[in-house]
Order: sequence, then C-alpha cells, then structure tokens
Amino acid sequence: MTEVETLYEMLRKIQEPKGFFFNQDKPKVFELLEGLIVNKERYGYMCCPCRLSANDRENDKDIICPCVYREPDVREYGSCYCNLYVSKEWNEGTTAREYVPERRPLEKLRF
Amino acid sequence: MEKIVRVYALSKCPHCNCTKRLLLESGVQFEVTDVDKVPKESVTAVMEEIKTLTERYCFPTIVIGTKVIVGYHEEEIREALEL
Repeated sequence: MTEVETLYEMLRKIQEPKGFFFNQDKPKVFELLEGLIVNKERYGYMCCPCRLSANDRENDKDIICPCVYREPDVREYGSCYCNLYVSKEWNEGTTAREYVPERRPLEKLRF
Repeated sequence: MEKIVRVYALSKCPHCNCTKRLLLESGVQFEVTDVDKVPKESVTAVMEEIKTLTERYCFPTIVIGTKVIVGYHEEEIREALEL
C-alpha cells in the first residue's frame, strides 16, 4: 500500500465511528491526503491543504487536520471546508452540496 | 480585448487545482501564484495583493478582468471567461 492508501485506511477506521466519512470522490480524497502528507513534511504537522500555514504549530493548531471547524461545518453544510470529511447524507446526495465558506476567524491568519 | 486572468492558489488544494485545470482546458492565458511556495520574504506583499481584492484571504482567489471570484465556483468562472 502507498503512504496515501495507508493513511486513508487508518483515518477511515478512526473517523467513521465518530460520524465523519471520507468524501466518496476518492481521487479528491487522495489528493487531500497527499496534501496532508506534504504539509507534514514541510511544517511538521498536517495543516489543512486548503489553508495557508503560518509554519507555527501553536498558531495553526486550529487547522491541523481534523480542524476544529470540521464539526460545525459538517453539521451545517454536510462537509468540512476542504471536502475531505463529509456526512453520510452528503455522500448519499440527500443534503444540498453548498460550497463551504471559511469559518476560521481572519485574525488567526498569520503569514 | 483579452481579459487578464490571475489565480492565487495553494499548491496542494484541490479547489485550486480544479481552477487551474478549468483554466488550462479553456485555453485562456493565466498567471498562477502558489502562495505556499512563495519565498517567505515575499509572502506579505502577495497577501497584500489578495487583501486589496477581497477581505477574505481564501484560496483560490481568481481575478478575471475586473471580476474577483473567491473559491472554485465553476459556473461563475465560466461566465466570467465568457465560455
């Protein structure tokens, strides 16, 4: 298994019992997991690939995957910001698929 | 006159990559800045450019002529490109 496939299986087992499912779009999920692996190599932690890292773990702790915004975003939109984790209903298509807006407060962004 | 098209992106963000693929497939000329790969000393200047366009610092931020689109909104992008 590749590193991405290993991460996929590991996270799936941990996250599904919590009610968070991987997006059924597997290529997109693999793209995101690869992004997490690259960010771990770059910054030392798995910063969300769809957010700019400050290269500062303390500053970025809210956007280390799974981010603190995942739960309210999945509850409200059926998906987290980057569409990695979604609800069962989102995958089934029984909930509307809106583009998830950024919930992270602007003041947390450092660069 | 051809519109100037510019994308501020993150190199590993799928929304950004979808944007880049759409623009490539459309055949328009465009510039991309992968902000996570910009040298540290230049990041502030790039982020200031984004700030003048939108208050949000989200990726992708897409400039098509005078129109600014935040996020991969395919229909909106196609409309702005007049595809």
